[in-house]
Amino acid sequence: MSRMQHAEAKDGEAAAPFRPETPMAKTLMDIGTRRIFSEEHDLFRQNVRRFFQEEVVPYHAQWEKAGEVSREVWEKAGEHGLLGVYTPEKDGGIGGDLLSAAIVWEEQMYCNCSGPGFSLHSEIVMTYISNYGSKAQIEHYIPQMTAGKCIGAIAMTEPGAGSDLQGVKTFAKKDGTDWILNGSKVFITNGWMSDVVIVVAVTNREAKTAAHGISLFLVDNGTKGFQKGRKLEKLGLQSSAELFFEDVRLPAEALLGQANKGFYYLMNELPQERLLIATMALASCEFMFEETRNYVMQRKAFGRTIADLQVVQHKLAELKTDICVGRAFVDSCLQLHNEKKLDSSTASMAKYWATDLQNRVATQCLQLHGGWGYMWEYPIA
Amino acid sequence: MSGRVLVGVKRVIDYAVKIRVKPDHTGVVTDGVKHSMNPFCEIAVEEAVKLKEKKLIKEVVAVSCGPQQVQETIRTALAMGADRGIHVEVSGKDYETLGPLQVSKILAALAKKEQADLIILGKQAIDDDCNQTGQMTAALLDWPQGTFASEVTLDADKLKVVREIDGGLETIKIKLPAVVTADLRLNTPRYATLPNIMKAKKKKIANVKPADLGVDVSSRLEVLKVDEPPQRQAGVKVETVDDLVGKLKEAGRI
Repeated sequence: MSRMQHAEAKDGEAAAPFRPETPMAKTLMDIGTRRIFSEEHDLFRQNVRRFFQEEVVPYHAQWEKAGEVSREVWEKAGEHGLLGVYTPEKDGGIGGDLLSAAIVWEEQMYCNCSGPGFSLHSEIVMTYISNYGSKAQIEHYIPQMTAGKCIGAIAMTEPGAGSDLQGVKTFAKKDGTDWILNGSKVFITNGWMSDVVIVVAVTNREAKTAAHGISLFLVDNGTKGFQKGRKLEKLGLQSSAELFFEDVRLPAEALLGQANKGFYYLMNELPQERLLIATMALASCEFMFEETRNYVMQRKAFGRTIADLQVVQHKLAELKTDICVGRAFVDSCLQLHNEKKLDSSTASMAKYWATDLQNRVATQCLQLHGGWGYMWEYPIA
Repeated sequence: MSGRVLVGVKRVIDYAVKIRVKPDHTGVVTDGVKHSMNPFCEIAVEEAVKLKEKKLIKEVVAVSCGPQQVQETIRTALAMGADRGIHVEVSGKDYETLGPLQVSKILAALAKKEQADLIILGKQAIDDDCNQTGQMTAALLDWPQGTFASEVTLDADKLKVVREIDGGLETIKIKLPAVVTADLRLNTPRYATLPNIMKAKKKKIANVKPADLGVDVSSRLEVLKVDEPPQRQAGVKVETVDDLVGKLKEAGRI
């Protein structure tokens, strides 16, 4: 992966370095590309890439087998300032911009290690706490989460409610100043290892619409009545779990934000979450493309490398075009969100399009690997 | 004692790049090729920053000689914790022929100007493998030197240096001001965290020309030709020692 050379200085004057876009670079993952980033971002990306290569990649296979990543890698990530990047410094986060947070999301996909749920922890869970939490909640949770000592998860989905968030049944009943929580959640990323979970629960069954009766609660691991079910074996995206709440008594301080405003908070944060998914999907496409490009350039058949076959060249050219076009849109969304101007529908467009693309690219790239594409030991699988 | 440490950092072709010789055989291809800080220079920066964190020294100044691009390398040093940088502007033909003798003259001049107590350099650069700059700098300043350092302990104005030598480890005690060159096992360079990268943006990099320091950077050496190493030939297996001796005589080796 080469770093693009700066334009040569003319007559001793500093020339503004041109940042090429991904289609013009040697590889889609080159450092020094994309106009939304600056040189400081490049330096950060170099270090993030180094972290993933040194601290994550060598252990990922054994974590996948175990169904969970190590506590250690979370603390190491915290030590090296990779968690809570977008959370303000005054709250105990790193205080970086959104683009820097995006770098961490992307670099994880570039090394093909979906195990550690860093992005959800940092730019979803920590964001909820720093945006809607009380001073006490922020002081209690954020510094520990930035350090990787407290791992966060958010529990919205239930066995009976996924897309239909208003169909949530988990219920928190007021009891004096406390709340009693009952219900179950499924497919909760980071759920198994989490130390704190933001639980979406109904607090007012008589509200005029379901949305007006939902609240968010911060539930600590180990709270009486809070059980973690088995680790779920899914197609990919390991580190998912079932959570059970049986008469869990929560103090007033566990309420995140205001009662019955939960749905409003969730809708507010969706653009960022969708953008996160879109960014990671696009980065995954870029990784798969380069992985496949490398493979076809050395795989020999019919007397030459398959990269010499016209049909393969066409396929790769089409894939690269789609990916670069997608990248242009996602980068535009990243820039908008960095300026806090990204709206919900644009974010949804990015998410839907990028994930569709990711599926297409994965399928095509797997096919380009031929039989080997079906082997788990090959990164493309 | 100023408490000031000068660290030299060199911008070199990244260690992972596959080097290609230019078609005209005057050098290697550098255009569009990934460059980074020389790994031994990273270790030098790390050691200086560590000394500052232990409050044994007060200021770390990162120095690099070269064209505009070396500012990138200085910024990396700043992001690791150096306080300020000095960019000694050398470009074009002068940069192509810049070698240890000229750099050591520059460093010596800067050390005097900045009243440095200590100079830490990488033991050698991975592009030319010279392993001369540290030693030459010390000689020009008439300062003691602790080269191939695998451990450095500073106590007031005394430096204990454990050196990696062929026979094992040698421990020496030298007095400041001194020059130290870093070997591989001295430390593991830290990651530059985002807050430090952002802080580095505000740190100053001063620009200086070799002429301002009274240094003539013209080279006394001329590179005649650069070639790839010869292709490794396949070996030949022999049955007996006599055969081996016979073959060696045949090849004119003995």
